[in-house]
Amino acid sequence: MRLVLEWLHDYVRPDLETRELAARLAMTGTEVDRVEHHGVAALEHFVVGRVLEAGRHPDADRLWVCTVDVGDGAPSTIVCGAPNVAAGQTVAVARPGAIMPDGTRLKAAKLRGIRSEGMILAEDEVAIGTEHAGIMVLDGLPGGAEIAPGAPLAQLLPIATEVLELEVTPNRPDCLAVYGVAREVHAATGAPLGPPPWEHDPHPAGDAIAGVRIDVEVGDLCPRFTARAFEDVTIGPSPWWLKARLLAAGQRPINTVVDITNYVMLLTGQPLHAFDLDRVAGAHLVVRRAGDGERMTTLDDVERVLDEDVVLIADDEGPTSIAGVMGGARSEVHDGTTRVLIEAATWDGPNINRTSARLGLRSEASARFEKGLAPEQALEAQAVASRLMTELCGATPLAGTIDAGGAGPAPAVVRLRDARLAALLGAPIARERSAEILGALGFGVAQAADGLDVSVPPFRRTDVTREADVIEEVARIEGFEGLPATVQENRTGRPGQLTAAQRLRRRAEDVLVGRGLREVVGWSFAGEALLDRLRLPAGHRLRAVVRVENPMSEAQAILRPTILGSLLDSAAHNAARGMGDLALFESGAVYNPDGDGPLPAEHHALAAVLRGALQPASWAAGSPPQAGFFAAKALVEAVFGALRVPLAVAPPEDPAAWPFLHPGRAAAVLAGGEPIGFAGEVHPLVVAAWDLGDQPVAAFALDLGRLVARAPETAGYADLTSFPAVRQDLAVVVPDDVPAARVVEIVGAHASSVHVFDVYRGAQLGEGRTSLALHCEFSARDRTLTDEDVAKVREKIVAQLAGIGGELRA
Amino acid sequence: MTADRIDELRAEATAAAEAAPDTAALEELRVRYLGRKAELPNLLRGVAELPPEQRGVVGKAANQARQALEALIEHRAAQLAAGELDARLAGDRVDVTLPGAPPQPVGSLHLMTAVRREIEDVFCGLGFAVVEGPEVELVHYNFDALNHAPAHPARSRSDTFYVATAQRPADPGDQVVLRTHTSPMQIRSMEAQPPPIQLIVPGRVYRPDSDATHTPQFHQVEGLAVDEDITLADLKGTLLAFARAIFGDERDVRLRPHYFPFTEPSVEVDVSCFMCAGTGVLPRTGVRCNLCKGTGWLEILGSGMVDPNVLAGIEAHDYDPERWQGYAFGMGIERIAMLKHGVPDLRLFYDNDLRFLEQFG
Ligand SMILES: [Zn+2]
Repeated sequence: MRLVLEWLHDYVRPDLETRELAARLAMTGTEVDRVEHHGVAALEHFVVGRVLEAGRHPDADRLWVCTVDVGDGAPSTIVCGAPNVAAGQTVAVARPGAIMPDGTRLKAAKLRGIRSEGMILAEDEVAIGTEHAGIMVLDGLPGGAEIAPGAPLAQLLPIATEVLELEVTPNRPDCLAVYGVAREVHAATGAPLGPPPWEHDPHPAGDAIAGVRIDVEVGDLCPRFTARAFEDVTIGPSPWWLKARLLAAGQRPINTVVDITNYVMLLTGQPLHAFDLDRVAGAHLVVRRAGDGERMTTLDDVERVLDEDVVLIADDEGPTSIAGVMGGARSEVHDGTTRVLIEAATWDGPNINRTSARLGLRSEASARFEKGLAPEQALEAQAVASRLMTELCGATPLAGTIDAGGAGPAPAVVRLRDARLAALLGAPIARERSAEILGALGFGVAQAADGLDVSVPPFRRTDVTREADVIEEVARIEGFEGLPATVQENRTGRPGQLTAAQRLRRRAEDVLVGRGLREVVGWSFAGEALLDRLRLPAGHRLRAVVRVENPMSEAQAILRPTILGSLLDSAAHNAARGMGDLALFESGAVYNPDGDGPLPAEHHALAAVLRGALQPASWAAGSPPQAGFFAAKALVEAVFGALRVPLAVAPPEDPAAWPFLHPGRAAAVLAGGEPIGFAGEVHPLVVAAWDLGDQPVAAFALDLGRLVARAPETAGYADLTSFPAVRQDLAVVVPDDVPAARVVEIVGAHASSVHVFDVYRGAQLGEGRTSLALHCEFSARDRTLTDEDVAKVREKIVAQLAGIGGELRA
Repeated sequence: MTADRIDELRAEATAAAEAAPDTAALEELRVRYLGRKAELPNLLRGVAELPPEQRGVVGKAANQARQALEALIEHRAAQLAAGELDARLAGDRVDVTLPGAPPQPVGSLHLMTAVRREIEDVFCGLGFAVVEGPEVELVHYNFDALNHAPAHPARSRSDTFYVATAQRPADPGDQVVLRTHTSPMQIRSMEAQPPPIQLIVPGRVYRPDSDATHTPQFHQVEGLAVDEDITLADLKGTLLAFARAIFGDERDVRLRPHYFPFTEPSVEVDVSCFMCAGTGVLPRTGVRCNLCKGTGWLEILGSGMVDPNVLAGIEAHDYDPERWQGYAFGMGIERIAMLKHGVPDLRLFYDNDLRFLEQFG
């Protein structure tokens, strides 16, 4: 909402600099986005002049050389190109030195050999109109003919004003109006408030208009519909004071009638619509729902297809307006219009909101209606419009006002308890002060035993209904500067701390950070193309995705079913910029449509991708280790270890589970036997799809929620020191196809710990055989084992290894 | 005679040991004075042949002398050996200015996570629990239960992402959206537990918007505190403590009236600018402060007293608004991070460029 200060001053004039006023409004609930200057930059050098002589320029057909009395000293010679200039006229003059609205400084200049000492102004040159063809002739203005040449032009014309760009919150449609903001300014600053512009309604009384019929068929969607009619209407350009205000407020002047409807809307907050009464078929308007598929062409020349939720104003030939949103061309006022019907109605806010959203049509009117206007505003607007129709169009009002629906329900009375106010805010406000504030805001107040009985004015009917709403009104005007800063006691019975699961999630993330990985935060959104790039075949479980109905782009149309995609995106971003050695991880949600209830399922994933060197090259060592399956697995081991969850890694049960992984280097990650993710190398075709070159990219992804759920909250003590373990290294030779985990399982059944530290294949072992070197620890809870004890255990191990074709190497 | 000789030998050997220049010389001395053929051991061996009245005196003196010499030589030997080792080690020199090896690279949390944790820790310290909730949410929790009017513009498809469902639900509240704020967890939390309650909700939220200060996904921290006597002054004090913890002990906060459907009264909270100490002008240059655009204040969050309609709508527990009251707030994590760390463009958070990531966390 652009608030024109020159206009505001008709109703309230606080003794504050514009910036101070803006600050005061901001601190009482009306945000000011910007302060702008409209019109000329400075008033000096803009004066009233009187044309003494006007003669043809000797060397230019279209120019006039004028002698203009501009007050002091000798008259000025001004060259003017307007065809309507003539001797005797009172005109607006910019003298050399004047700063024009676009910021340029006017200089005396020679025009075709004659020095012009200034400029006779057209309305667009001082931003109070859009016409450029002729100069402004001021004789017709009140006082225009008598004013002395040299007087400041600003005495006659509003050639400069400040404009505040207000951000009005959606609960305050009353502040989408100059008078509404004037009321706020009054309450916020204490400056006196003038009477409302609708105080005197000049329209002749009556509850009908001869020859005009209105039928409202949908009273629930149109709580009030008022109409007034005028004849002998002369349509022409509006006066400068009005055009100047419209322009400063951001509206383009059209003609008197249209300008009046816009002006009244900006002043009162109530939109109006003007019909050419002679083009209203049957002089009969019906307010009804549109038929399904009914068509109409709106003022913007677009044919709209409507449905039953849309409310129309129709005449005997069909629709003329989409109610509250936009008029139609057929009954629009035009230059030859002489009879005008002005409609001011109240529409159902949600309905207007739906209609304007569905049709993609937003207007100044719909923006106000959808917030819910008070029915009382309709007649307030009619009163102002009647006065202006008479004054500016010479119109004769036809007696009577058609009023379907009438005023709104009686205002609510809300009890404001002193104690409640103090209890909610944490500090009291004196009852007299509350009453003063509420009165200034237009509320009625009456004393009650424990506070005030507050009557809500119609224009705040939907916004203020409860005590808390009234408390807000008082508090926001009083301000919060004096409010103490206290901190409540925590009476929940629980300390403020992270849950065990939240602490463990941080622990898992910190483990990866400690190992040199960088966390990324990727997009939850992905494009359908992600599924193809991951080589997911039709019917793959990850192809079932959550879809956004109204995505910003195709690339953001689904929610990621795996976190791998966004990690590869981040890897590709960096690799493309020359940062190819990558160790990235992400911790975030992934989504799939199969939730338990009405919502999709989300789980918190922890995943990483590795590419290239895992460490910077070092002068002290050979080439650094490279990303690969075992690098990813080692990180999984680190995470599990930190969370104290036993880890199992096994070849995938379903070879098609992860089509985006290298089939020979992919494994399921199991916690307590439950599969919770994968570790592997990314399939070379997937690596290529992300333009990550031909080096291996390793990755893992875990359901962190399920991992954390298996982590013990408390570690229990085990006595590992009273009876020290016996350490022995074993070399086990097995056939190639026996997985290391099987050997570890067999040995581990007899040892307190087993760790594979070397793997060897060679001719001396024989074809198809592998040697695994194991660090083993043997211990008992109740005694220190002897060499004999361990020898017996080794015998058992040897016997069991034989079962898988294995043996101990000497 | 013999006793004198012992003293003589002892003095001579002591002087020689103290003067020995290295361990080899010392070893020579040891052989000379204490070796099998040396004079002092011989004296000791000859004690038995002395007259009985001399045996005790001479034997004792000779023994003492031998022990003292042994101790001295051992002591000097350790001294000399240490000195010789130092001399060798000094020659075994490395270039200490080379980088450590093997390298121990340390990674980083994303700035968003780092700031999120910082915020969580501040509120934990103030007695708040941390809860999380679904990002894909019902319209009921995202709007209806938070007192949004049916025509509230935030519901529109230009302001909210809607999620496709198999069929359009009969009840509009059952439509599914990507949550536009973390506020739905106010409702879910109150449904899950009776008052008093005090918690924060960090998490990811979504709005269809994209420019330097908006991305279609971003992160918020919601706060909710409900008890019988929690006031707007408590909100002010809590957020003052928060602002000081994050932006520095000198900070101040101010409340500006605003409108949110689910709080009443509603306020926006500004923190005094840490760049210009709230003056709007940079201290040394006198230039207008760019961070706060000369206002001296930075908007950090929206908040207010929980709207009575929100409390009254909780059916699972008694949140009667005549008895219970409290405050709620919601802040953008990225906004806090951008202000604190001087990040100019929100989109940098989601590029995940290493040169950005390496600077934080
Ligand atoms: Zn500043």
